Parts: sequence; C-alpha cells; structure tokens
Amino acid sequence: MITEQVITSKNPSTADKSDEIVIELKNIKKSFDKQEVLKDVSLKLFNGENLVILGRSGSGKSVLIKCIVRLLIPDEGTINVLEENVGTLNSAGLDALRKKIGFLFQSGALYDSMTVKQNLEFPLRRINKDLKQQEIDEKVLTVLDNVGLADALDKMPSQLSGGMRKRISLARTIIADPKIMLYDEPTAGLDPITSDEISSLINEVQKKYKTSSIVITHDIECARTTANRILMLQDGVVYKEGTLEEIEKSDDPFIKSFFKL
Amino acid sequence: MKSKEVSIFFTDITDIFLFTIRVIRETFSRNFEFKEFIHQCFQIGNKTLPLIAITGTIMGLVLTIQSRPILIEFGAVSMLPGMVAVSIIREMGPVITALICAGKIGSGMGAELGSMKVTEQIEAMEVSSTNPMRYLVVTRVLAAMLMVPLLILYADALGLIGSWAGANIKGDVSFALFFSQAFSHVDFIDFLPAVIKSFFFGAVIGIVGCYKGYNAGRGTESVGIAANSAVVLASLLVIIVDMIAVQFTDMLVL
Repeated sequence: MITEQVITSKNPSTADKSDEIVIELKNIKKSFDKQEVLKDVSLKLFNGENLVILGRSGSGKSVLIKCIVRLLIPDEGTINVLEENVGTLNSAGLDALRKKIGFLFQSGALYDSMTVKQNLEFPLRRINKDLKQQEIDEKVLTVLDNVGLADALDKMPSQLSGGMRKRISLARTIIADPKIMLYDEPTAGLDPITSDEISSLINEVQKKYKTSSIVITHDIECARTTANRILMLQDGVVYKEGTLEEIEKSDDPFIKSFFKL
Repeated sequence: MKSKEVSIFFTDITDIFLFTIRVIRETFSRNFEFKEFIHQCFQIGNKTLPLIAITGTIMGLVLTIQSRPILIEFGAVSMLPGMVAVSIIREMGPVITALICAGKIGSGMGAELGSMKVTEQIEAMEVSSTNPMRYLVVTRVLAAMLMVPLLILYADALGLIGSWAGANIKGDVSFALFFSQAFSHVDFIDFLPAVIKSFFFGAVIGIVGCYKGYNAGRGTESVGIAANSAVVLASLLVIIVDMIAVQFTDMLVL
C-alpha cells in the first residue's frame, strides 16, 4: 500500500521553475522504413517544470523521448540536453549525460532476474562505483520509503502488481538523483486510483528531487495532475502548446474531443 | 527456395557476422563484467550438468550395447572399450553434448534476452550507463565458450562409465580392465581436435542464442520465435562447424 504522505501532491510544483532551458529539440524528424513518425518537432523544457506531451497512440511520443537519450537516433534535427548536443556526444559523454537523466519506461522495465533490492542497486553501483554497501542500503531504503514500498525489498518483480512495478521502477530511476525525468506513459494499464497515485508521485518527485520532467501520456487525468505546460502531438508535428487552462479553453474540435470537453 | 527467403537467409548470416565482430570488440574493451561472467558460468555450467550427465551416460551405454554383437561376430570384442572411447571422445561426446547445449543454453539465451528486449529491460540497462552488449552478450558468449568444452569432457567421462556398465550387462569386465583397454587406444591427439572444436561449438551456441534474443521483435510472440530459431540455427551451425573441424583434422592427419 502506498503511504498517505506520498499522495499529497495534487498539483505540480512551480517553486523551482526558471527560464533556464534543460532540453531543447530543434526540427526533429524520424522515420521507420517509409513511415514518417516525427515530421518536424521542436520543443523546450525549462528548469523545474513538468512538460506533458499529449497525443494519440502512435503519434510518436515515445519515439520522441527515446531520441532525447539517444536510444533512437533522429534522421534530422538537433537535441540539446543540459547544454550538450546529444547527437555529437561520444560513448563516454553519452554515459555521463545519461547519468543525469532518469527514464521511466512504459512497462516499468524491472530486471526480472533480480530482486527489488538488486534492481535498485544496479544503477547506483554503475553510476558511483565508490559507494559503500552501507550507503547503498541507506539510499535503497530511502527511495523505497519515498514511493511507499519499503516492505518490497526482497520481492521479485513477478510478485508485484502493475502499480507496484511502476513505483519500484520510479524508485530505481530517482535513486541516482537525476536532474531530468522522462516518463513514458507512467499510468498506462493502471486503474484510475493507482494512476492518480502515480501522477501524485510524479509531482512529489518534482518537488523533492527538484527535477525537470517530460511526461508522455494520453491519460488526461495524469496530464491535469502533473502538467505545468502541455504540448500536443498529432501526425508527427506539434499541434498545440500551452498551459492546461489555455489548452482547455481552445475551440479546436480535436482538442475538445481529446479532453472530452 | 524463393529469392526473398534466400535474401533473408544471407541477411541473417551477414548480421550474425557483424554481431560477432561487435562481440569480439566488446570482449577486448575495458570494464569487463567479471561478476556477471561468473554468474553466467554457473547458470550455463551447473544448471546443465544433470541433463548432460544423463545424456552422456546413455550415449555410452547405447553405443556399447549396439556395437557389442557385431564385434562378437568378428571376434573383436576386446576392441570394444577402445572403439567406444575413441568414438565418444572424438565425435559422439562433443557433437551430442553441443546439440543438447544448443537446445538448453541457446533457447535459454534467446528467450531471456528476447523477453528483456520486449519488456524494454535492455533499453533500461542502456540508459543506466551500462553497455548491454558487454553486460549481457559478452559474458554469455564467453561463459558458453568456457563451459561447453567442460561439459563435453564431463559427458565423455560419463559416457565411458555408461559404456562400462553396458559391457557388463551381458559380459563381465572389471572397471580397471575396461578403462585400461579404452585408454590404450586413446592418445592425447584424440582429445586435441575435440577440445578445440568444442570451444567453437560454445561460441556458436552463445553467439546465435544472444543474437536471436538481442534482435527479437517487439511483441511477446517474438520471444518464442527467438528461442526457437536460436535452437534451430545453433544446432545447424554446430553440425557445420563439426564438418569443417573434421576436414581440418583430416588434412592435418590428427
């Protein structure tokens, strides 16, 4: 069960928001075979904000954030993350940059052959090889406590529910103190209550770890809870950008149907 | 075969070749994952032992039971231990063990890495600043290269014990006499080509298993396809490597 203290952040934080750009995408294009997934996408993520990217399934949202960490390489365009050009980084530079980025995968992507504790230790040991076991244990317990699952330490991923897997996955991502968080469909496949808990947890992470985040979703409730700003993707291009209020005030039929207004 | 199928086959072979080059390059790069390598040696070696023990023993037993009547007909039953020993050490042990390993280890690697690919675990590893090629593939391939020859030697030993048991079903030969007769026909040079080719068998099983898993498609169906095709291709390549090894051995008159 998630602890009550975790579900407190119904609104995203604006306290640490600044005009400093942490991620900037310029004219990104990406195709698979002959299918153009991203036609021309440009966006900026400012320090301390939660940017929600909304769009229908297959609109290229996941492809977009995978390009940010170079899991996919765009055909055209440039991506700057924390003032580094992702496309020109060598292997060591890319590793160093990835240490500052947390990525929550749609499926959770917990390592099946490892316990929860080993899953959490894995990135920690790789990012900081000088850490002592006692320090690792403390960090593991702290992040597990932060996601409300301190008693899941010795469980295998197969023993966890969908919501618990997402929370453990989030714990594994934040354990390395990332500056930027990328969430790929954090509430996909979860019931409304658990989705709400995960959305609140995203806000909690933003406040506690002072992260800047991109949240990819098609879940309107998740967007409402987590967004400082919303960007809508449609047919591989940016369809609309603005705050939640600005988007919801729009008369555009597509946006109205998306938000069920 | 249709031209498209031929094209897919050769593309597959080219991809495996390029994958092998990547594996070799990563093997000699820094930050070797020694702990994971030991873990994989345990997974591959220890967990295949019971299967290899049963197969090896039965292999020797059956070979002896079937050869004995013919050798009696020619009055050459005293040649039985030597004949069985040479055939097990040079050919039967390595090939049968490698084929069993292709099924057990190859399918395991294909399914494990395939499911890791499908559930984005490989990508998660990559964004955790871990090179999945080095962590997952190199360790498995090297573990297979080390463990398959050891498993083959183990199967050879149990095959000879099975052969002694088989010889005693209808005959009466002491353990010491049987092994003395068996090893009087076996030279070090009989072991050498078998051990050398068993390293290649291990490499083929490891590379094909990892390649199929690492390059699995997106759906859950692709996990099954990866495991299945890993077994088929690894078994086929084991036979082809064996054929090449026999040709080399024959040319060098070993």
